[in-house]
Amino acid sequence: MKLTLKIWRQKNANTKGRFETYQAEASPDMSFLEMLDVLNEDLISQKQEPVAFEHDCREGICGTCNMVINGEPHGPMQGTTTCQLHMRHFNDGDTIVIEPFRASAFPVIKDLAIDRDSFDRIIQAGGYVSINTGQAQDGNAIPIEKETAAEAFDAASCIGCGACVAACPNASAMLFVSAKVSHLAHMPQGKVEAKRRAQAMVNQMDEEGFGRCSNITACEAECPKEISVEHIARLNREYLSSSVGSQVKA
Amino acid sequence: MPFEANVPPGPLGEKWTQYRGTMNLVAPNNKRRIEIIVVGTGLAGASAAATLGELGYKVKCFTFHDSPRRAHSIAAQGGINAAKNYQNDGDSVYRLFYDTIKGGDYRSRESNVHRLAEVSRNIIDQAVAQGVPFAREYGGLLANRSFGGVQVSRTFYARGQTGQQLLLGAYQSLSRQISKGSVEMYNRHEMLDLVIEDGKARGIIARNLLTGELERHAAHCVVLGTGGYGNVFYLSTNAMNSNGTAAWRAVRRGAYMANPCFTQIHPTCIPQSGDYQSKLTLMSESLRNDGRVWVPKNQEDAKAIREGQKTANDIPEEERDYYLERRYPAFGNLVPRDVASRAAKVACDEGLGVAPTGLAVFLDFESAIMRYGRSEANTRGIDNPSEAKIRELGKSVVEEKYGNLFEMYEKITGDNPYQTPMKIYPAVHYTMGGLWVDYNLQTNIPGLFSIGESNFSDHGANRLGASALMQGLADGYFVLPYTIGQFLSKEIRTPKIEPTSEAFDKAEQDVQHRLDQLMNIKGNQSVESFHRRLGKIMWDYCGMSRNADGLQKARKMIRELKDEFYSDVFIPGDAKDYNPELEKAHRVADFMELGELMMVDALDRNESCGGHFREEYQTEEGEALRDDENYAYVSAWAYNGWEEEPVLHKEELVFENVELKTRSYK
Repeated sequence: MKLTLKIWRQKNANTKGRFETYQAEASPDMSFLEMLDVLNEDLISQKQEPVAFEHDCREGICGTCNMVINGEPHGPMQGTTTCQLHMRHFNDGDTIVIEPFRASAFPVIKDLAIDRDSFDRIIQAGGYVSINTGQAQDGNAIPIEKETAAEAFDAASCIGCGACVAACPNASAMLFVSAKVSHLAHMPQGKVEAKRRAQAMVNQMDEEGFGRCSNITACEAECPKEISVEHIARLNREYLSSSVGSQVKA
Repeated sequence: MPFEANVPPGPLGEKWTQYRGTMNLVAPNNKRRIEIIVVGTGLAGASAAATLGELGYKVKCFTFHDSPRRAHSIAAQGGINAAKNYQNDGDSVYRLFYDTIKGGDYRSRESNVHRLAEVSRNIIDQAVAQGVPFAREYGGLLANRSFGGVQVSRTFYARGQTGQQLLLGAYQSLSRQISKGSVEMYNRHEMLDLVIEDGKARGIIARNLLTGELERHAAHCVVLGTGGYGNVFYLSTNAMNSNGTAAWRAVRRGAYMANPCFTQIHPTCIPQSGDYQSKLTLMSESLRNDGRVWVPKNQEDAKAIREGQKTANDIPEEERDYYLERRYPAFGNLVPRDVASRAAKVACDEGLGVAPTGLAVFLDFESAIMRYGRSEANTRGIDNPSEAKIRELGKSVVEEKYGNLFEMYEKITGDNPYQTPMKIYPAVHYTMGGLWVDYNLQTNIPGLFSIGESNFSDHGANRLGASALMQGLADGYFVLPYTIGQFLSKEIRTPKIEPTSEAFDKAEQDVQHRLDQLMNIKGNQSVESFHRRLGKIMWDYCGMSRNADGLQKARKMIRELKDEFYSDVFIPGDAKDYNPELEKAHRVADFMELGELMMVDALDRNESCGGHFREEYQTEEGEALRDDENYAYVSAWAYNGWEEEPVLHKEELVFENVELKTRSYK
């Protein structure tokens, strides 16, 4: 199939970017990133700089790949990361617009590569259970309801890609933050510091310059792991009850 | 250089406990000023960095990823083994130890493997305490499943994303230490050299991948948890950026590389579909709990399927060859990976492959869907359920167990595995070989440690499923944080290491020289094209089966490829900038050297064992023929570049507790 690609090219964070147009060939069995590999090989053979895009596992789990494809983070397929998107979902002759996830908390490094250190700092603010290695009791000491563990897992399956931020008109990171808060609050081991965690992570999110949540729920629609906005409700519950109680320092 | 396994005395079951109780300690006041560099943030690196930070050491942790959470451990699907015996099915520490030794075809060190089995139990407890959402039964207790090469159910899992959940647990513990300031994290930094001062590992040269700047980092010791080198084959299930460079740079500074030819080819991967393919995707081994592997009995049917004239569903039961069940009745579809992979190759070599390339076999869930459906109908008290109802119920059970894997398969291939069997073929997945380490996980360079997949120590010639996660976390949480004290307790009088010595100057110059050399070639071919060609050589001559002629020929081919690379590779962009092509070039240059050493190692080992199948050494039935008299050793290679022949050092393996037997799964 023949494609026209409009790709965002930007030398670095301090220069202005623009769309460049390329013609590309693809086969329907290719993944989207393999289609870009072929384009890059072609550019290199012409001694031009390839399009910088980040990727790693190409199995939809590492969360590295990030592209807005025709206006949608990770492209048109629901529950699918860019690396798992295949060209059979496009048509011969299509024009495809490719740009990076855009948010002030995700500065562009080059072309489609962005900096998501802000997500790491949010986890560092409290997205963990405070236990040291070796302090654990037997794994079966506390039974956990099967459904509860499954709900915790659903939240924990977040891959930290940032599509929720890219999808949100406010560039809010609420779905990302709530997924971690909700995962740990569901588990008895994480429940102990749930309030403190919610407050610390939300404070950090604000500090990083992510926007506020105004219940648009575009995040849920674009999340490649289909994480539910119900977790945001859970986060709000933990956060509100922590605000009513004593303030804790992050 | 010292080359002692340093296995402590005492009976096997008591070695670790006794040793741990008598090891040298570093007092808290000294820990505060002792610095440790940890390279890599996968299960091994992240768990080690977090635990060392908790203990009070000053830790600097490095990853080439944009975040520690991206390390390739995240992609592990199936599960993690632990000798908990929660299922009351006769499991024990000894049985896990024995299964691992046997599964590794008697080419691993008894003492290390036993310790691994002992601490396996602590890992589950630790992960649960971190809030890892493992699968559970209705009673609220932890669920288990079976993996290959084993007759008990000891694998803990979190759907098909166990690696993700365990890595996030370790990442979160690491994040906690970063927030406390005990670990300083360096994202997007790639280690490009090891610095040795007075015979001890004292630092690294890292390239800041955003700016291209070279940086010197000094510490009292260095820990490598940098994963395996499966990407030497280009096509593998490894992530695109997984590479062997950090470990290989240590080898070039004198560390021994052990058993490099021991690579694991995983039997259940999605077959290659075209020349543009960038990587292969694993379908978890857990699928072999319920999936049955088969090919048509006759070549005409196979040909018709390949040409699209027939589908799997057109082949009647009596015309199918469930070859694993036929050849290995005791273990059936759950034979170890090396055995299953070889059997698939044999079937395809006989012209029975079912993909257009001829390289695929079926993995069929029809029996499981119907079996689960009938059981579910029974549980729900449905009398005389229709076949459609049974199928529907069975499908939902299978979906709960493997849903995400089935989805991934459908996304990639466009086929629905609930309706038609999966097509699978073996692919490179893991490397058992790695840096040689002693019982303390220290390499032959004092102060240089290696943990997780980057070392060679626990899996012999073949790793059992769900044991990689176990080893990574065992090393990082429960072994290295103790054993590192054996080295560091002698360093308490050593002042802070400054990165200003001649050794640092020299190492940085060497790295700069290599970068300049690569950038200045200014040829015409892309890095990727060389990597692809290297991978093809590796797969053809050092893949699922090897022979002496082929290995010799391939060694020559790699040298020719190397010459071409150094005269005609083209790297766009600038070295003093964000430049993914330059990163790749460095890694591919190292892979060529490593690839050559793999050929040398495979040629030296005149026997077949585990994943190393030499065609000259097989039984009449085509099974691997080991030679314990001459090859019961670890090959530890010193490698010093293209101009010198690699030098072999042998660590004889002593088996005091298990009897060396022909490995049979029949």
